[in-house]
Amino acid sequence: MSEHVAPPSLYVSVFLALMAGTALTVFVAFYDLGFLNNVVMLTIACIKALLVILFFMHVRWSTRLTWLVVASGFFWLLIMFSITMSDYLTRGWIAGSLR
Amino acid sequence: METLNYLNDGHGLASWLLTKDHKRIALLYLGSITAFFAIGGFFAMLVRLELLTPAGDLLASETYNKMFTMHGVVMVFFFLIPSIPATLGNFLIPIMIGAKDLAFPRINLLSWYIYMLGGIFTMVAALSGGVDTGWTFYTPYSTAAANSHVITAALGVFITGFSSILTGLNFIVTIHRMRAPGLTWFRLPLFVWAHYATSLIMILGTPVIAITVLMVAAERVLHLGIFDPALGGDPVLFQHLFWFYSHPAVYIMILPAMGVISEIVQAFSRKNIFGYSFIAFSSLAIAVIGFLVWGHHLFVAGQSVYAGMLFSILSFMVAIPSAIKVFNWTATMYKGSVWLQSPMLYAIGFVGLFTIGGLTGLFLAAMGLDIHVHDTYFVVAHFHYIMVGGAIMGYLGGLHYWWPKITGKMYPEPWAKLAAAIVFVGFNLTFFPQFVAGYLGMPRRYHAYPPEFQVWNVLSSAGASILAVGYVLPLIYLIHSLFYGARAATDPWGAKGLEWEIPSPPPTENFEITPIITHGTHQYEPSKEVGIA
Amino acid sequence: MPEGRAEHYPGPIHQPPVKAGTVHDGQAVDALHAHHPKLQHHFDAMEQQAEASTLGMWVFLVTEIMFFGGLFMAYLVYRSASPAAFQEGSAHLSIGWGAFNTAVLIFSSLTMAMAVRSAQIGRPAKTQVGWLLATMALGATFLGVKVIEYSDKFRHHIVPGPFFDASQWEHPAGVEMFYSLYFCMTGLHALHMIVGIGIMTVIAIMAWRNQFDADYYTPVEVSGLYWHFVDIVWIFLFPLLYLIGRHYHG
Repeated sequence: MSEHVAPPSLYVSVFLALMAGTALTVFVAFYDLGFLNNVVMLTIACIKALLVILFFMHVRWSTRLTWLVVASGFFWLLIMFSITMSDYLTRGWIAGSLR
Repeated sequence: METLNYLNDGHGLASWLLTKDHKRIALLYLGSITAFFAIGGFFAMLVRLELLTPAGDLLASETYNKMFTMHGVVMVFFFLIPSIPATLGNFLIPIMIGAKDLAFPRINLLSWYIYMLGGIFTMVAALSGGVDTGWTFYTPYSTAAANSHVITAALGVFITGFSSILTGLNFIVTIHRMRAPGLTWFRLPLFVWAHYATSLIMILGTPVIAITVLMVAAERVLHLGIFDPALGGDPVLFQHLFWFYSHPAVYIMILPAMGVISEIVQAFSRKNIFGYSFIAFSSLAIAVIGFLVWGHHLFVAGQSVYAGMLFSILSFMVAIPSAIKVFNWTATMYKGSVWLQSPMLYAIGFVGLFTIGGLTGLFLAAMGLDIHVHDTYFVVAHFHYIMVGGAIMGYLGGLHYWWPKITGKMYPEPWAKLAAAIVFVGFNLTFFPQFVAGYLGMPRRYHAYPPEFQVWNVLSSAGASILAVGYVLPLIYLIHSLFYGARAATDPWGAKGLEWEIPSPPPTENFEITPIITHGTHQYEPSKEVGIA
Repeated sequence: MPEGRAEHYPGPIHQPPVKAGTVHDGQAVDALHAHHPKLQHHFDAMEQQAEASTLGMWVFLVTEIMFFGGLFMAYLVYRSASPAAFQEGSAHLSIGWGAFNTAVLIFSSLTMAMAVRSAQIGRPAKTQVGWLLATMALGATFLGVKVIEYSDKFRHHIVPGPFFDASQWEHPAGVEMFYSLYFCMTGLHALHMIVGIGIMTVIAIMAWRNQFDADYYTPVEVSGLYWHFVDIVWIFLFPLLYLIGRHYHG
């Protein structure tokens, strides 16, 4: 719970930033930047998510416990992604492997 | 003239089925968990009966597959995972932190109804013919080939998962936000620390198996073939997702039992726990590291050897915090004033059997050795030593320790000691031969086996019948004590902790006035004989 | 042996009258006697109750992260295994509808944030309800577009399963896998949207009945958290599903 009351102008600014990010993502998608396409796209998505979390969801003004809870959720997701991918990305490393 | 307590505060079915009192909800869970234990035990009995002879003569192979599947599904999801948290945890956590109830009492009640709904789905699956995929639901058998009631059972597991999630959510918020004034984290009972760590696992892991069984159901019903090899799907991905939860799930099963042991060992050694903060931190460490080791179930599944190495070393590391606990419990008993009442018998049994189970886990964590014993009875023995020799002994010990508080009655101690001894003997006779059979090569999930394994199987089945007696005895004398047991005092064991300062059984609101805590809740008097300050 | 029913079980050790570890304060420190009608009996203060509720919702959202996470995991594995097939499948999705839906959801997060704010500062009921209805309308719009998109897939035999037309594709197996994930992920997301609209309905009714004020607006705040989370999921779904191969296929 946040006692802090955000002014509507802040919400509208965040909204405009999110719309701009969406437009940028779509724009960049039409150009071939190699692997950078994915990097740019994910970065923009993460920034948009962060804006929603910090301002719309009030985490900017919440307790440290809330920060910790949010961060752990995403961190755990990363654990699942990275360790699972460590299997898939290394399967081809040994000749004659099972796949 | 009975004083007003939570048991007589409101009569009639509605006052129980619509209760918001965490203590009554704990008893609702106690009843249903006992029933599911009996059902899971029934399936185990059929398995052990079949395995008395090498030939598959009692049950057809598909039927046998259904028996061990239902045994696993019922025991894992409907007994082991909820057992201590939903009964003892629900009952004790608010009391141990000086609160009147959990943070969300209605969600607590909802979690029981969700649990029952999931149980109904699973029983429907069992009664309409059962599932034969193994409790692990591996694809592509479960998605493409199995003719059994996979979807119903999968939905049962999915639904019950939410019960687990809601319980964990409730515990986390309660422990963070409802501790009495002065009750800092490091004054908490270790039982509470254990349940906090357990709740972290429930929150972070259960959703993954939820989506995974949903994907299996989607593939069967809607042909959205995420694990379908014809579409490039990888059955091993199922195993990754399944075990990402199911390995931490075993820590959901054992951490609460470890919390119980920490409490019992202190009370019956009349000593403060040795290394309080080490035990507290190791609970968290088990929860965290436990999420990093799931691939040790996939060593021979086609997983990359490099990933296997990573999982292997992490699996060795996860043993360390458990070992710290075993050491600390032992050190607590050393030079303590040990009182061998039945809860303590279960606790000491736990320490020994859990150690054996844990050490054999290290055997399995070594990839080279796992290749030989994977899917043999060695694995079966390993996890039963921990789940039965560990978790169930912890559950029984806790049930006995807190029985006077929960019911206001004392059970007959001689019978309890006898039952503990029978359980210990029966357990070892059941499962130690399985280590031998497995190491010699007997595979699991087979209803017929080569004759050279028969002697181990006969020993095991004989042990199982003794173990069954050991489990039926507490059922009898505990229920008997409800009617004929001696009235229990507020603190029959002379133990420390907030729960031992309120009446047995407690009033509905637990505390008349919120206690203010000035130091740790488990300060035992120093041992004067030895002159330790 | 069990004692007689009325006798107390003799304790094994004499305990001192005051147990070490707790001090019972003679002053009542728990429930405030003059309390807000919405204060539940097991909480001591409104602030504690509100903090517990928001923490509870955040913990629930963490479970939702892991829940959707399983699908994202499958997506990650299969896209890295068959990038060309995923590009081919993605190109057939309508970037127009996807972008429009993204804008709709972002807008609905704005209206939701305004709804929470209006309750937080005690605006009249009809202001609160107005913002909530706007959020619901935008959510319904999103779902309407999904119906359009889904029926397009059905008509063109792009739905995985027995009616999937493999002949349209260069990489039929991979494209069918892509669309399996597409339907699972957007379907699960749409289900969450429907639940969200249901929650908004309940909150709007409560708001209409003047149940929220500056001291008690937690249900609105907590519903808002849920709604924003569903928006965040879409923020990731849109580029991952709709924008994979645009520079190849246009």
